Amino acid sequence: MTRSGWVGAIGLGLLVAMALLAPVIKPRDPLDLVGRPLLEPFADPRFLLGTDALGRDVLAQLLYSARVSLVVGLAAAAGAIGIGIGVGTVAGFLGGRVDGILMRISEAFQTVPTFLLALALLSALGASTANVVLAIALSSWPATARLVRAEVLSLRQREYVDAARLAGLGPLTVAFREVLPGALQPVVALVGVTVGAAILVESALAFLGLGDPNQISWGVMISNGRQAIRVAPFLVVIPGVCVALAILSVSLLGDGLAARLAPQRRYLS
Amino acid sequence: MLPPTLSFILRRLLHGIPVVLIVAVGVFVILEAAPGDAVDAYLAQLGGGDASLAADLREQWGLDRSELGRFIAYLTSIVTLDLGRSVAVGGSVVEAILTRLPATLLLMGASIAFSASLGVLLGGIAALRRGGMTDGVLTLGALILNAIPGFWLGLILIVVFVVWLGWFPHAGFGSINGPRDPIGRSLDIAWHLVLPVTTLGLTYMALYLRLMRGAMIETRASTWVRAARARGLPETRIVRRHMARPALLPVVTMLGLQAGTMLGGSVVIETVFAIPGLGSLAYLAVSQRDLPLIAGVVLAGTVLVIIVNILVDLSYARIDPRMTDERLRTGVG
Repeated sequence: MTRSGWVGAIGLGLLVAMALLAPVIKPRDPLDLVGRPLLEPFADPRFLLGTDALGRDVLAQLLYSARVSLVVGLAAAAGAIGIGIGVGTVAGFLGGRVDGILMRISEAFQTVPTFLLALALLSALGASTANVVLAIALSSWPATARLVRAEVLSLRQREYVDAARLAGLGPLTVAFREVLPGALQPVVALVGVTVGAAILVESALAFLGLGDPNQISWGVMISNGRQAIRVAPFLVVIPGVCVALAILSVSLLGDGLAARLAPQRRYLS
Repeated sequence: MLPPTLSFILRRLLHGIPVVLIVAVGVFVILEAAPGDAVDAYLAQLGGGDASLAADLREQWGLDRSELGRFIAYLTSIVTLDLGRSVAVGGSVVEAILTRLPATLLLMGASIAFSASLGVLLGGIAALRRGGMTDGVLTLGALILNAIPGFWLGLILIVVFVVWLGWFPHAGFGSINGPRDPIGRSLDIAWHLVLPVTTLGLTYMALYLRLMRGAMIETRASTWVRAARARGLPETRIVRRHMARPALLPVVTMLGLQAGTMLGGSVVIETVFAIPGLGSLAYLAVSQRDLPLIAGVVLAGTVLVIIVNILVDLSYARIDPRMTDERLRTGVG
């Protein structure tokens, strides 16, 4: 793997460690009021990164937030890629009218401003982590669908596909069991980008107050810190750096994996 | 026969109709999925009403029919540009959208111009210095900018340039007691837009930088550039006409693809900088659970993206000499 790919892997590893070890390092509820408000970082050894306007431990909030970002980012990206693979395979393999309709739908999803769509979904269904995942997944599948469709189109005339058909397998079985595995490789290139975009959208939704109201996340921390931005800018700076590092890590790792698994393709670099 | 540009625009507008229709179906499903309907929201705003008033209103707004009947009523309302009443702003949805549109158009237009021109310039420089220090710094900078959330960058810029340095106004679209004459007012608005445009532009610049760099590395190694060198053309002309111009095409394509994402990004940026545009309207709608309003903003955003894409394709035709009038008319190419 490339050197930058390893940098991304280490960054993501650190984040996962943060998320997993949160209850070990900071066993108390991160939303408990534990100290004097607006304590600067490194001023008190008990609160390494200081406290916020309500006297809550910033480091504890940061660690627990890593959980939300990673879970939402990965789940939403998995959902988006899953929908994309399903739609792309069916469209590419069946062709004809089904393909036309599915591609028009994916065109509509690529035209509608998806962040607005996510806002509409959340205001109709209510703010919760599951709905945030659903909203992000529904708004980011078309790129995968188009890629998989193009691959499936180029594979479906191969002889081994005809052989599977002649063996009496149904069209969907042939599509998903015989054609799809060969079409998956280029999707790897999209994984890093999709996860990164999902983390970004999650933080923006949380910043606007549309995440789960009972859960702390980096976006919520930035939004809370905004109230005290003139006196304590560190409350905004620290969680923002975490979001940026998370997205940087997954995109570097994604690029590295893509370069290793599909070296014959050219990438933006 | 129509002039080629006009027939191209018409054909693309027709092509956009099914897209708007699909989005309308999606929006209708979302509206149906929400608990309560527009009448409930309206009565809540009035402070309540008896059952017969609710029934009358439902009949009047077509909400007492079956799903299909309600869908047809909804489509009719879209075609007649009557998107219902907004509880959050207390007036018609279409009117609210139209008053908020100019600010967003200005913000988006300036941000697109800023991010594309800076990205093309820096991407071109990186490609010419490929492998060197400058290239390394620019590529790394693009990677980092790409990972930074726009709303966070906006807050950081506010801390540095407003709180510490005091160079720019804190928020808003113009000073309340600012100058009244047109020139003074334009300057005032431009002054307020510097930070939001920088924020939105910088977060999208990274993508264009990477695209331009990749495309120009390719054109730089092309046979036609070698031929131009052999003909003894001056280097600046080779860089501008033979490397940069063809490398612009993927960047222009991406501009169209990114229009929707950028409109979404402006929702958050507008709330950070308190700009009275479509984005902050969407936020208002969501925070008050005003479904007709958010549905209207989604539809308006879709139409806006379709129009931006038509404009992008027209500029594509101007950059690429292979796009002749005939191709524009028939849509081949």
